[in-house]
Amino acid sequence: MTVAWINRGLAAAILVFLVLVPPLHVLSEFNLSQVGTRSLWLGIAAASVVFLAANGGMVSLGQAAIYGVAGFTYADLVVKVGWGHWPAIFAGMGTAIAFGLAVGLVARRTTGIYFLMLTLAVGVIVYYFYLQVEQVSGQTGLHLDRAPALVGGDTISHPTRLYYAALILSALVYVFIRYLVRTPFGIALQGIRDDPVRMASLGYNVELHRAVAFAVGAAIASIAGILSVFFNLQISPSSIDINQTIIVLAIAVVGGLTRLEGAWIAALLYSLLFEYTQPWAAHLPGVLQRPLGSERYPTWLGLLFLLVVLASPGGLMGLWHSGLEWVERRFAPRGGGAAQVGESA
Amino acid sequence: MTWRVRIADSAGAAAGLLVLAFALAWVGYKAFGAGFGVNGGVPDWIRVTLSGLTLAGLYFVIASGFTLIFGLMRVVNMAHGSLYLLGAYAAFEFQQHQFVSWGWGVVLSTLLVGFFGAVMHQLFLRWNQGQELRQALITIALAFIFGDQMLAYFGGAQHYVRPPDALEGNADLGIFCNTGGIFAGCLTFPWFRFVAIGAAVVVALGLVVVLKKTRFGMIVRGGVDDGAMVSALGVNIQAANALAFFIGSALAGLGGALAGVFLVIAPGEDADFLLKALVVVIVGGMGSLGGAALGALALGMIETWAPQYLPGAWSNYSILLTFLLLVFVLSVRPFGLFGRAT
Repeated sequence: MTVAWINRGLAAAILVFLVLVPPLHVLSEFNLSQVGTRSLWLGIAAASVVFLAANGGMVSLGQAAIYGVAGFTYADLVVKVGWGHWPAIFAGMGTAIAFGLAVGLVARRTTGIYFLMLTLAVGVIVYYFYLQVEQVSGQTGLHLDRAPALVGGDTISHPTRLYYAALILSALVYVFIRYLVRTPFGIALQGIRDDPVRMASLGYNVELHRAVAFAVGAAIASIAGILSVFFNLQISPSSIDINQTIIVLAIAVVGGLTRLEGAWIAALLYSLLFEYTQPWAAHLPGVLQRPLGSERYPTWLGLLFLLVVLASPGGLMGLWHSGLEWVERRFAPRGGGAAQVGESA
Repeated sequence: MTWRVRIADSAGAAAGLLVLAFALAWVGYKAFGAGFGVNGGVPDWIRVTLSGLTLAGLYFVIASGFTLIFGLMRVVNMAHGSLYLLGAYAAFEFQQHQFVSWGWGVVLSTLLVGFFGAVMHQLFLRWNQGQELRQALITIALAFIFGDQMLAYFGGAQHYVRPPDALEGNADLGIFCNTGGIFAGCLTFPWFRFVAIGAAVVVALGLVVVLKKTRFGMIVRGGVDDGAMVSALGVNIQAANALAFFIGSALAGLGGALAGVFLVIAPGEDADFLLKALVVVIVGGMGSLGGAALGALALGMIETWAPQYLPGAWSNYSILLTFLLLVFVLSVRPFGLFGRAT
């Protein structure tokens, strides 16, 4: 009981803080954008991984490729075809969802590590597709002059609007996933995750549910893809290379594959590592400069990822929850907690 | 599941076979349509096909290690590409510092990477045996770290390994000779690439002998079917696992040391060769040696024939053929051509 209230209070406080950050000027514009907005859009991408893993039992390494499809299609239509921003954005998202559905149909009978391998293969193939096909991207990628006015146009010089857009979209994605897992579709999906054979004999179309779930994951990831183009005002194959693919998965795992809110918290941790490894690691002694120095933020991220999968498969949120439960047991009133006293002593 | 899905799958299989037949016919037309003379398509076809076989051999060497480890332990080693790249860098460094001859460099790189993989297994994978997803995530994290560390120590520049003097230059095949003119001479092919094909054949034969004729092979074959039962019969399965991880990693290292001669050694190649290993074993079926051979052949041929024989404007899209290969195989056989449901 108390634990639930601690969590709710904390969540409300964090939300109020996030909304008030820009007007209070507690953060520089650089931090607001490079840490704040980056965490929010990466959080959405990681949330699509968490949604698929927690409800469908599908751990995907293809989400970076899917948001890449959304981002590249949007940027291509604007830069090369001359479409307006909004039709291009919806076309980009639509393409990503269609691609997600196609991948979902191909992978509809693969589960577990096979699914992980297949989505990784798809992800790397999409990367090489954009790298090799000059007509859609090529190595240099695509550069946009500005984002739509609604998110602030020149988002690099004026980041506040994009921050709010990312915050609102993050909240919507969070609420949408929370809602979806309570619908009959979401519950059927969880049933399929736990026992596909039983669900099939109950008359559910297991493979179709998996494919549609993957398309829903693609829809969420495509939002992140569009936001990333707003954020960087460019997209290139290196935006979806294998490192980025692993980063998205690592964020989801570090946050906790079954805890939706962990996606954004781990994304924040990632953004801090990304921005502040360099100044901080420069103070390391000389011997450590080469393996762990200022250029080596991927190693730091990898070590964090490794530590979490070795020590706490539930991720940071899992750690947080088990910590709170321990506190609750430790300080429970005598009557209710009597049974656990012996255990904790 | 239902008849509708079955029909869709049969349609997928039929479409796949049709595309395959059309592709082979197209390659055949391009290769032999202009006759069998010196000026026809045959010399190019031979050269390209031999290149494809080289790649297929290399892919087989690497993927056989991946599939051996998976077959016995159900470990998807996502750091397999990193082991490949480590083998390539090791061969390069041995040569650069002139410690040993080229051949010993390859042997030492292979053993070094095998040892590295075995240590990795003992430290990170032995104690969580059976937690497949967690192990895959651990190896992904390790691959991420290894990739960055190799960048730190070997830099971003591209490197090559020089072949030994005896294997440098081209072999004169003595067929399709042009007489006179600036193109005088016969069809040639780099000597070293024959070494790669030969290495694949030796590895394949060696693995078959080890798996069919030795006690270790018997344990592996038993472990693939039922690891718990093998262990219950008193076999030291931990020792077998360690040895399998050593051999599997060493094969990745061998692939890297050989590939360093005719492919580039650079950051990012680890991801590239992880993809190759994944595609080969997904197509061939996880844990199957024959499947790895067939998958490697399919991938090697697609990668060399496609840029050569696709119409010019389409040659950029050749990567999509790899994707189509995956799609068609998986729509017909979800566990790969020779894979079994687990």
